[in-house]
Amino acid sequence: MNSLILRAATPFIVAVMVLFSVFVLLRGHNEPGGGFIGGLIAVAALSIYGIAFGVETVRRAIVFHPLAIAGAGLLLSTLSGLLSMFFHVPFMSGLWVYPVILGQEVPLSSVMSFDVGVYLVVVGAVTSIALSLEERGEE
Amino acid sequence: MIEALLSVLTGIFFAVAVYLLLSKFIIRMLLGVAILGNAVNLLIFTCGRIMREVPPVIGQGLDVPAGLTANPLPQALILTAIVISFSFFAFLLVLSWRAYGELKFDNTDAMRVAEPDDDTLPPLGY
Amino acid sequence: MAASSSSIDLSAALVLEPVAALDWLVILPVAWCIGIGAILMMVRHQGRLQPLIAVAALCVLVGLDSALLWHVAGEGPVTMVMGRWLPPFGIAFTVDLTGALFALVAAIVALAGAVAAITDIDASGRRYGFYPCLMLLMAGVSGAFLTGDIFNLYVWFEVLLISSFGLLVLGGERQQIDGAVKYGFLNLVATTLFLIATGYLYGIFGTLNMADIARKAPLLKETAPLVTLTALYLFAFGMKAAAFPVNFWLPASYHTPRIVVSALFAGLLTKVGVYALIRVLILLFPVERLALSPVLSVVAVLTMITGALGALAQSDTRRVLGYLVISGIGAMLAGLAVGGPDAIAGTIFYALHSMLVMTALYLAAGLAARTAGGFSLQTLGGIHHNHVLLSGVSLVLFFAVSGLPPFSGFWPKVILVKAALAGEHWWLAATVLLTGLLTLIVTGRVYLLAYWRPAGNAATDVPVALPATAFMPLLVLTALSIVIGLYPEPLLDLVRGAALTLDAPAAYLDSVFPQGGAP
Repeated sequence: MNSLILRAATPFIVAVMVLFSVFVLLRGHNEPGGGFIGGLIAVAALSIYGIAFGVETVRRAIVFHPLAIAGAGLLLSTLSGLLSMFFHVPFMSGLWVYPVILGQEVPLSSVMSFDVGVYLVVVGAVTSIALSLEERGEE
Repeated sequence: MIEALLSVLTGIFFAVAVYLLLSKFIIRMLLGVAILGNAVNLLIFTCGRIMREVPPVIGQGLDVPAGLTANPLPQALILTAIVISFSFFAFLLVLSWRAYGELKFDNTDAMRVAEPDDDTLPPLGY
Repeated sequence: MAASSSSIDLSAALVLEPVAALDWLVILPVAWCIGIGAILMMVRHQGRLQPLIAVAALCVLVGLDSALLWHVAGEGPVTMVMGRWLPPFGIAFTVDLTGALFALVAAIVALAGAVAAITDIDASGRRYGFYPCLMLLMAGVSGAFLTGDIFNLYVWFEVLLISSFGLLVLGGERQQIDGAVKYGFLNLVATTLFLIATGYLYGIFGTLNMADIARKAPLLKETAPLVTLTALYLFAFGMKAAAFPVNFWLPASYHTPRIVVSALFAGLLTKVGVYALIRVLILLFPVERLALSPVLSVVAVLTMITGALGALAQSDTRRVLGYLVISGIGAMLAGLAVGGPDAIAGTIFYALHSMLVMTALYLAAGLAARTAGGFSLQTLGGIHHNHVLLSGVSLVLFFAVSGLPPFSGFWPKVILVKAALAGEHWWLAATVLLTGLLTLIVTGRVYLLAYWRPAGNAATDVPVALPATAFMPLLVLTALSIVIGLYPEPLLDLVRGAALTLDAPAAYLDSVFPQGGAP
C-alpha cells in the first residue's frame, strides 16, 4: 500500500507493538498474557510492516525464515520440558533459578522459556502464513 | 437461566455453521468453519458450568485463591481449541485461496480433478 | 510454584517422589519427534542433511518404542504426569500394551516411509518440508497412542492432522489441492465432532482423565446420557477411521499425494481413529458399547462390503488400495461390535497387520508405477517379466491383505471369525470371510492385469532399475508380514494381554491412581 502517512507512521507503530508483545509475553507468567497472545501481537506488527513496505522488506527484517523461527521456538519449548529429566521430576515441571543480576533478584524458570518458545512458534508460523497471503495479494 | 440462553445460542451457532458447511461454495464453507469453531467453544464454556465468580487468578502474596473462583479448566480448553481452530482456519484459507487460483473455481460440484467423472472400469480380461 | 507455606499439603496435588528413569520412556517418543521435527524445520534448506537426520531419528524412535513395549510388557501400564500435577488434575500419559504396540508399529511404518522417501521425494518436496511434517506427524500419532487424557488425545489428533495437511499438499499439483480441500474440510468436521463430544463429556464427568472417566462411568450410567455420548464418539472416530457412511473423504484424497505420503497415511491415520474407538468403546464405555453393538455391526458389515466392492470398480491401483484400507477398517469394527477380550485382540491384531501391509502395498504400487509407468490398470503390464522380485513381494502382500495363510492377515481374521461365532454374530463372521474372498478377487485381478499381463508396448519392456533405498523398506515390511504369519505366538500373547487390560482395566486404573481412592 503506497500511502505516505502509513509509511511514515509504521516504524513507530511496529516498534511499540513489538515492545508491547514482549511485555505481554513476560507479564503472562502471573497475570493475563502469555506467549500465544504476545506472539499474535508481534505478528500483527510484522503484518503492518509488510503492508507498508512490502513482504520482501519484512523477510529481510526478521533475518531468518519464519518457519526456522517457529522451529527454534518448538525446540526451545521441548527442551524446557525435557530439562526436568535431570531433576527427577515429571516432564514439564516448573524449575526455578534466582540469579542476582545488578543487585536485583531475577526469578527465571523453565515455564518462562517454554512460553518464549510458544511466542516464537506463533510468530514464526503465523507470520509465514500472513506473508504468503500478502505475497499472493501483491501479485 | 443464563445456561438455557447460552444453550439456545450454541444451537443457533451450530445450525448456522452446518447450513454454511452444506453449501457448495468453499468461501461459505470457510465461514461455516469459523462459526463452527465458535459454537464448540461456547458449548465447552456452557458445559463447564457458569458462575458469577471472580477470575481464577491467585492474588499477590497468596498461595491459594482468596475465595470461590470461576472454573479455570473450560477456559484452558477453550483457549486450546481457539488456537487449534485458528490455525486450521488459516490453513484452510490458504488452501482455498490456492484452490481458487489453480482450479479457477470455488464450486465444489465442479471439483472433479482428483475423481474424474469419466473414470473407466478396469478391463475384464486381456 | 513458589508455595512454601506449611499450611498446604502439597502431596494431595503434586508428585513429590522422584520419577524412575525408565518411566521417561512414556513421554520420550513424543518429545523426541517434536524436537527432531523442530530441528528439521530449522534446516529446511539442507536437502541432503534432512533424510539423514530423519532416518536416524526414526531408528531411535523405533528403539524407544521397543523399549517402552518391553517396559510395559514387564511392568504393566505406566503413567507419567505433566508438570508434577497428579491426575485427574494434570494431564497424564498412560501407556498400556495397546498403546505401546500401536506406537511401535507406527514407528516402523514411519521409518519405512522415511527410507522410501529418500528417492521418492525430490528436492522441492524436501524444501516444502516433507521430513519436518513427517516427524510432527509421528509426534501426533505417538502422542495419540500414548496419552491418557481425552482432551490431550484431541490435541494430538490436531497435531497429526495439521502435519498431514502439510504432507498432502506437498508439490501443489491441481489434483492434490482438489483432494486436500475435501480431506481438510471433512477431517475438520470429524475432529470438531470429537471436540463437541469431549465438551459434553466434560459437562457430565467433570474430568478428562481416561482412567478417571472409566471408573466414574459405571456410577453414572443410570443418570447421564452416556449412550448418546458414546454414539457421538462413534460418529466422530468413525469418520476419522473411514467407517461406512462417513468414509468418502478417503477415496477422494488418498490417491492424490506422492505415493510415500499415501503409504504413510494408509498405515497411520485411519488406524489412529480405530485406536481411539478401541479406547472409548472398550475402556471408557463398555456398557454403552453393548447398547450400540447392533449399530456397530451394521456399520462394520457395510464398511467391509462397500470397501471391497469399491475396490472392484476402480482402475487406478492407488484407489483400489484406498478402498482396501476401508474394507480392513470394517473388519476391525467387526471385532469392536462383537466385544470381549478375544474379539478385541482380533481388532488390535488386525490393525497392526493392516498398518504394515497397507503401507507396503502402497510402496509396492509406487514401485510398480516406476517400472511400468503409471497407476492405471488399463495400461500397466509386464511387471512380472521385468521385475520378478517386485512381482513376488506384491503377490505375498496381496495374499496377506486377503487373509490367506501363512501371512500376517490370516491370524486376525481367524481370531475375529472365531470370536464372532462364539458371540453368535454368525453374519459378522460370514461377512469377514466374504470380504476376504472379494479382496482376493480384487488383488488377483490387479496381479493378473498389472503384473502378469505382458507389457502392451515395447517401450515399457525395458527393465527400469529400482534404487535399493526404495526397495528395502518394502522388503522389510513384507518380511515382517511373513514372520508374523509364520510365528505369531509372541504377538498373539502381547495382543491378548493388551485386550485383557482393556477389558478389565484394573491395572490401567492402578497405574494412574496408585493409592486407589474413591471415584
